Amino acid sequence: MIERTPFLNIATHAILIGGLLIAFLPMWLVFVAATLTIEQINSPPISLIPGGELFANLSTAWNRADLGTRLMNSLFVAVAVAAGKIAIASLTAFAIVFFRFPGRMVVFWMIFVTLMLPLEVRIVPTYAVAANALAPVQAVLEVLGIAWLWQAATGVKLALEWNLLNSYTGLILPLVATATGTFLFRQFFMTIPAEIVEAARMDGVRPLRFLRDMLIPLSKTNIAALFTIMFIYAWNQYLWPILVTTDRVNYGTAVMELKRLIPTAATTGGGTPDWNVAMAGCLIVMLPPLVVVALMQRYFVRGLIGADK
Amino acid sequence: MENRAHFKTLWLGVALILPQLLLVLTFFYWPTGAALFWAFTLEQPWGGGSQCVGLENFANVFSDPFYWASVGRSLVFALGAASLAMGIALVLALFCDRQLRGYAYYRTALVWPFAVAAPAAAVAFRYVFAPEAGVFSALNQIYPNIWNPATNGTHAMIMIIVAYGWKYIAYNFIFFLAGLQSIPRALIEAGAMDGAGVLRRMRDIQLPLLAPTFFFLLVINLTDSFVDSFGIVDITTEGGPSKATELMVYKIYFDGFKGLDYSGAAAQSIVLMLLVMGLTFVQFRYVERKVHYK
Repeated sequence: MIERTPFLNIATHAILIGGLLIAFLPMWLVFVAATLTIEQINSPPISLIPGGELFANLSTAWNRADLGTRLMNSLFVAVAVAAGKIAIASLTAFAIVFFRFPGRMVVFWMIFVTLMLPLEVRIVPTYAVAANALAPVQAVLEVLGIAWLWQAATGVKLALEWNLLNSYTGLILPLVATATGTFLFRQFFMTIPAEIVEAARMDGVRPLRFLRDMLIPLSKTNIAALFTIMFIYAWNQYLWPILVTTDRVNYGTAVMELKRLIPTAATTGGGTPDWNVAMAGCLIVMLPPLVVVALMQRYFVRGLIGADK
Repeated sequence: MENRAHFKTLWLGVALILPQLLLVLTFFYWPTGAALFWAFTLEQPWGGGSQCVGLENFANVFSDPFYWASVGRSLVFALGAASLAMGIALVLALFCDRQLRGYAYYRTALVWPFAVAAPAAAVAFRYVFAPEAGVFSALNQIYPNIWNPATNGTHAMIMIIVAYGWKYIAYNFIFFLAGLQSIPRALIEAGAMDGAGVLRRMRDIQLPLLAPTFFFLLVINLTDSFVDSFGIVDITTEGGPSKATELMVYKIYFDGFKGLDYSGAAAQSIVLMLLVMGLTFVQFRYVERKVHYK
């Protein structure tokens, strides 16, 4: 559509450039801060021009927060959550769309409802479950009387325990246990024409073969989208990791360490706050998700809109 | 849907659904049930089982002025962050959708802040708003303590709203732009042929047609600000100064893990759950809505 609106065009660009400023200025300030010396950063006004201390600050932050191990932990957890979610969500959606078994819709709704209550809302009892993931099984066995039978038969009291605190399993499983993605796959599988399924069945294709050779190749875009948003979701987790990992040396994630880098009266001992190091650490920690988004921009947007979180 | 072609192997379908079902039962239904149980019981100190106390935990929570203060602050935070993030995003999306030269670049650049971890954004804004080193440092040098989120509750609240809202501008922008692009171009061209200018078309065609997206985002923004604010608060203010930024989620965490008051924390969790469920229920009608992004 061709319209001559020169003034409005200028205004449009001005507004959008204002938007870019909002998006980039805070991060530019962080970047500049990471390049300054401790004296420069504490001399007002705030600097807008980078200095030359970037690598020195990056390495100080890297060593202080032991970021090497932390980043590997974060990477492992984020990839495992994304992969686990894709595997579980696609299998569940496959079962719901392409099979008929009693209680199918009940199960679907049971899984779907989990979208409504994020982990943060039920954080205290979820922590209790993580302390012993088999507690629910134990309780069920006790109610059914199986625990009593076991004790009567073997003389040993049945006490199931599976502690997930300070383990990768504990960091990963609760983040996988939501319906994000199941819905996305279900919606997509529903659009597969019935003829294809019929044809596959007539050719004697077994269900798992159909999933592997037909559905998975067709869902590549969805898988990429889901991977992107789940990777970012898991990488950016904060509350859950600080609860499950008391053993920070071995299982701490990168985002958890951010707080430790902030200069406070306690860490500086009343000295000058070294914001330059904190900002250098901040840059390192937020970089990996940004790289993923930069590489997968299209899928990221698609995933956000499609997955309904 | 029921007449769709499907596979006959019954056990396989059940087996495929089992992993997710077990996970959901263990990490969702059991904890939610436990929260309900704890909310209506009182754990004896030093063990010794729990005692059913009916609604007493809720009565305690509701008669606690600190609780209501945290609810009020959560509302201020939710409304402040939602209006900041949605307002800016809406304006940007409306103008970006004019698709002038450079449109693709704007679109790409405005999306990325959503990938920044909320705690990382919090650290960044804590520095940006730091009284001794941030953007207000020069002002602070002339007028000491004119800006100090560490001692002034209002400043602290502004800081967490900006830090949180900043990230959600990008999120809202994606959805607003998608909503705008699903409006048929023909409608806008028809408006132009009738002599409506750009701004007039925004006001009378695009904004009204964007209403469903707007409503959907409002609910998402409010819900997320209730549940997603922990990292921001913990990193920037830890609920202070003197509880000025203690939001509902932070209070649950604090009472549950620091105060070891499981029953009180559980009762608060239930209230928050009901709130989030209520909001999500309103949103349900829009879940299957299709939004297209070009």
